[in-house]
Amino acid sequence: MEIIEKLVDKNGLIFAFLVVGLIMWASYWVSKNILRKKIPGVAIAIIVGLMLAFFGDKKGIADISLFSGMALLGGSMLRDFTVVSTAMGADLNKIKQAGLAGTVGLFVGVIFSFFLGVILASILGYTDVVSLTTIGAGACTYIVGPVTGSALGASSDIIAISIATGVVKVIVTTIGTPIIAKKIGLDNPHSAVVFGGLMGTTSGVAAGLAATDPKLVPYGALTATFSTGLGCLLCPSIFYFLLNAVFG
Amino acid sequence: MKIYGVALLAFCFLTGKFIGNLLGAAIGISGDVGGVGFGMLLLILGNMYLKRKGLLEPPTEKGILFWSSMYIPVVVAMSATQNVKAAISEGPIAIIVGVIVTITGFFLVPLISKIGRKKQND
Repeated sequence: MEIIEKLVDKNGLIFAFLVVGLIMWASYWVSKNILRKKIPGVAIAIIVGLMLAFFGDKKGIADISLFSGMALLGGSMLRDFTVVSTAMGADLNKIKQAGLAGTVGLFVGVIFSFFLGVILASILGYTDVVSLTTIGAGACTYIVGPVTGSALGASSDIIAISIATGVVKVIVTTIGTPIIAKKIGLDNPHSAVVFGGLMGTTSGVAAGLAATDPKLVPYGALTATFSTGLGCLLCPSIFYFLLNAVFG
Repeated sequence: MKIYGVALLAFCFLTGKFIGNLLGAAIGISGDVGGVGFGMLLLILGNMYLKRKGLLEPPTEKGILFWSSMYIPVVVAMSATQNVKAAISEGPIAIIVGVIVTITGFFLVPLISKIGRKKQND
């Protein structure tokens, strides 16, 4: 047993390949043989992943030393590397055609997520401008929240709430996208570009589109990747001043 | 050789991230603004250019396609390493805000998708 633990500990990433491979295989098997493909295998695999994350804390299952390699496989380096590689299947003309709509979606996504987040937070009893701004920023993505919060000097529990809000967004986007895709016309590159900008969370958009139709992933990821930057730019500056003028 | 494709991908990725970091520094954010997006655009353009010149051999292409097929497993590993516990234990506010913002966002997709769509219908 000790030998196995040492072996896995030293070869974490390789063990993660094995673990994810098994999750994928089991998920596709369940999708095909039990659910008759009503829920795609990718969606099941992602939900299994989220459930496994419950066994740990901050880094999900990677907090358990046996599974620490999962943090490397699912970390931002490989995520961004593989997301960039999906561009091989993207059609530049389709992106050009959706360019304007995508840019509008990007701005609307950040503005609307922020202010809806602020309104909800104020209904739920938060009154100080720094907390409202931080929670609103968390409603953009889980990176915009803490970046804004630390820029404005928000307390750590408010920053934790803003991160949690962003993570809830990732989870709801991941699970909700394949369910709602047909209803909102998310079945072509054009709407995928808009969708990416509107939702903003690269992780959620990438996972949600993968579960809906992997061909759409590059289009959504392309705009989503600009959202965190735009949010980090607007939230602690213009949006904070605006709120200060209204509530301050 | 496949490594040529992987190297091309790595070049696009790093250059994109570099542009993203420069842009971030220019607007005063310590971080990456759209680095992945710039990387993707570089790869699309590089791919088009090399294909036109006949320089993109199938093994090279396979080196890139391998990584794009690893994308879903990476997403599964990413899901398994999210702070799911905190998302739920931070209490109702994170869940209420996160859920409402996301679901409302879904319904904005068809509205904004209409922009620039007319040409396709004609």
